[in-house]
Amino acid sequence: MTTSIGRFPVTRRLVLRGAGFVTLAGFGITSFAPAALAAANDKYPEDAFRQKDGKEAIRLLYGRTAEPSDQIKLDAPEIAENGAVVPISVSTSLPNVTSVAFVVPANPNVLAAYYKIPEGTMPDIANRLKMAKTSSVIALVESGGKLFSAAKEVKVTIGGCGG
Amino acid sequence: MASSIRVRAIAKGETTEVQTLIQHPMDSGFIKNDKGEFIPAHFITELTFEHNGRPVFIADWGTAVSKDPYVKFAFKGGAKGDDLKVSWIDNKGGTDSATFKIQ
Repeated sequence: MTTSIGRFPVTRRLVLRGAGFVTLAGFGITSFAPAALAAANDKYPEDAFRQKDGKEAIRLLYGRTAEPSDQIKLDAPEIAENGAVVPISVSTSLPNVTSVAFVVPANPNVLAAYYKIPEGTMPDIANRLKMAKTSSVIALVESGGKLFSAAKEVKVTIGGCGG
Repeated sequence: MASSIRVRAIAKGETTEVQTLIQHPMDSGFIKNDKGEFIPAHFITELTFEHNGRPVFIADWGTAVSKDPYVKFAFKGGAKGDDLKVSWIDNKGGTDSATFKIQ
């Protein structure tokens, strides 16, 4: 249960990251996963997480633009007193959801979180995000190969980025 | 050392609801310390949940996830007593992992 590099848990994604990373970090790989499950274990989308522009982050992450959907329920406070901890949740009635992402366009890095949803997992997620200032929050839902979005404005009285 | 991961996984009928709290600074790299120096970014990048060895939820996180992150989701197929393995990696190569029983 300790936080240590030496006792690294073997995950499929680590395997997919390739031997270079494994060697670099000095981890030992002891098992390999069935290839069929690999689809749910894409590489960490580092480029998308570094983006400063919302549209560009969405393009890098999904390779397409999102269309608004009223079947996405995005819950976020209208006023967040503390931008460091803003509770945000999303659920949707859209079918065959494969991923959900949260984008905060006013943040320094616009992409906040990206959740991969294997079959059998519900598209109903709650998390807590930082918001630098008043901004919209965009929830993206990938459903049946298409991309949908919903947005909500959150007024932030104290920013979550040290301002 | 105690685990950084706290999980409550409860099976209700067909679905298992999972709530997770992780102790982690989640430093964004945009905040300065008392001396006016930027605190280097230090945040969890990947968080994986496996039910009996099968991935049921994978979170990729950036710098905007709050300190000591919380996340909640639900999946179908879990039963009381099943194993739920939770592991994370951060941008500095730190990691932790723990296995919990579904209640």
